Amino acid sequence: MGIRILTAQMHIEGIQQLDVYRRHGGYEAFRKVLNAMSPPAVLEEVKLSTLRGRGGAGFPTGMKWSFLAKNTGKPAYLICNADESEPGTFKDRYLMEKNPHLLLEGMMISAFALEAATAYIYIRGELFYVHQILERAIGEAYAAGLLGKNILGSGFSLDIHCHPGGGAYICGEETALIESLEGKRGNPRIKPPFPAVSGLWDCPTVVNNVETLAAVPWIIQNGGKAYAAIGVWKSTGTKLMSACGHIRKPGVYEVEMGLPVEEFIYSDEYCGGIRNGNQLKAVVAGGSSVPILPAALILKTAKGEARLITYESLSEGGFESGTMLGSGGFIVMDHTTCIVKNLWNFTRFYHHESCGQCSPCREGTGWMEKVLHRIETGHGKMEDIDLLSDVAKNIEGNTICPLGDAAAWPVRSTIRHFRQEFEDHVNQKRCPFSK
Amino acid sequence: MEDQRTSFEFDKESLALVEKIIARYPPGKQKSALLPLLHMAQAEAGGWLSRETMDYVASLLKLQPVEVYEVATFYTMFNLQPVGNCVIEVCRTGPCWLNGAEEIIAHLEHRLQIKAGETTPDGKFTLKTVECLAACGNAPVMQAGIKYYENLDVEKIDAFLDDCSSKDATTRQNPYK
Ligand SMILES: Cc1cc2nc3c(=O)[nH]c(=O)nc-3n(C[C@H](O)[C@H](O)[C@H](O)COP(=O)(O)O)c2cc1C
Ligand code: SF4
Ligand code: FES
Repeated sequence: MGIRILTAQMHIEGIQQLDVYRRHGGYEAFRKVLNAMSPPAVLEEVKLSTLRGRGGAGFPTGMKWSFLAKNTGKPAYLICNADESEPGTFKDRYLMEKNPHLLLEGMMISAFALEAATAYIYIRGELFYVHQILERAIGEAYAAGLLGKNILGSGFSLDIHCHPGGGAYICGEETALIESLEGKRGNPRIKPPFPAVSGLWDCPTVVNNVETLAAVPWIIQNGGKAYAAIGVWKSTGTKLMSACGHIRKPGVYEVEMGLPVEEFIYSDEYCGGIRNGNQLKAVVAGGSSVPILPAALILKTAKGEARLITYESLSEGGFESGTMLGSGGFIVMDHTTCIVKNLWNFTRFYHHESCGQCSPCREGTGWMEKVLHRIETGHGKMEDIDLLSDVAKNIEGNTICPLGDAAAWPVRSTIRHFRQEFEDHVNQKRCPFSK
Repeated sequence: MEDQRTSFEFDKESLALVEKIIARYPPGKQKSALLPLLHMAQAEAGGWLSRETMDYVASLLKLQPVEVYEVATFYTMFNLQPVGNCVIEVCRTGPCWLNGAEEIIAHLEHRLQIKAGETTPDGKFTLKTVECLAACGNAPVMQAGIKYYENLDVEKIDAFLDDCSSKDATTRQNPYK
């Protein structure tokens, strides 16, 4: 078994409670920071770790923090992005539910580094039972003097509050999230300015994913160098993978960066292989937004190298033959799956979730959904396949936020790798997979 | 429907909660409390937001009513029409679909004799479809109130429906209480 950074304590009975968490070394990293470190020293450790954002984009966390505008005369804010709505992703929910204090400790240390006195956890509204778990943990932290004014006599003060969303995938996008936290519709903002300069209430703001923040206590306790020593090249540390679909053992797994995808899918330690003795057909490796890959290309790159769970290896081959690590939402499909119907389902999702500000996204997702439905139900024409590609190309890069790209990539990659299946639908005037 | 009144006010206990929530945001930024208050109001005002309820929330936060309508219409968790006492929200997104969400929805529609999006004539149940609930590892999944029901099958659904059909069951619950 590999090293455990985020899930090491999950098996401990009662770890959700502050005293149990403390008995197992909890809040020691925060204590260390308060007693012996300055904000720049904490930032330096995070930079050394080369920790990259786990929300999907993989941006280096230390670099993001260093962009935070200083001496603006305005307060700085830290926001934890707990909106987790990317189809196939359920790791943040697991982490918060099982070990809420780990997230809080990560936020305390991060807020200290950013010199932020207020932090919010924006949690998707559907997860109210997790919201309750977090509020209980926050209450315990206040009672123990770990939150509030002048924490443990250090002079550092911090408040952490939970804030529920209202049901909107787009609010996971950081500027839509900020709008939503301000009490508005979740319409993404045009960037620049970036949140680091002008975010929540026009103040300097850092938005980080739950998993990103939860890695920070370990980095402080063990040093950024120790974290960077785990993994491969620029993919350091561990990653939570949410595995689902047609596998024997769906669930959340912490893997060391660099684990071969083949081992992840077939080893009994992880997914345990494909269900019912079926064959692997395709994988969406990083949440519904990343390009889909057929079995051969998810196991090996086009060059014939083993595909690894790292940012670099998964994107090897670009959009021609590669994909992305994204959020780590690993969706596995076996040979009984209709790829066209799967794509129609995802496209319907993006159409439903488009905020409607940009016409290429609003109209394009609607068109793609319609055409895909036509093909899936046996009413499609051959020209429809290229029409789909054209619409997707016209969305890509032409929108305010990346939801447009997220809707276009699955369409283009599915046609690239599974064109024959679209043609079969058209030729047979029915779905070849329907009973 | 048991609760058809449209005018609504929080009780003392809820008003204290409202104050507590508003204090989480800087002075003058009370608009941020809008989503939390709409969740509370929906739970306490019969499971949906009437215009009067939204106007009341606007007055509590010193907002123009239109600011509240704009928000309530954007987010899918808010019901703008009356709903049943038990609201069932079934996930229909990719991973759940790979694991039989269609059969789950069909079974619910059959048992309740309504289509997704509708309410039973006796006002007991509303059936909704929703998007990925971040529980795909335990697909198929549904939510009722703040509770998740995972690894669903026909037996589990039948047990759930029988449970709700008895007494005056409701899935409405103020999540802050
Ligand atoms: C449409 C869309 C949805 C997103 N959803 C999420 C989400 O649910 N959770 C998340 O952490 N990041 C999400 N992101 C990424 C955020 O915008 C942001 O990059 C991230 O929260 C930064 O944190 P990190 O650097 O720690 O990854 C989403 C982005 C887009 C474009
Ligand atoms: S790309 Fe889509 S979701 Fe993003 S801002 Fe434009 S319309 Fe809204
Ligand atoms: S797809 Fe249903 S919970 Fe994710």
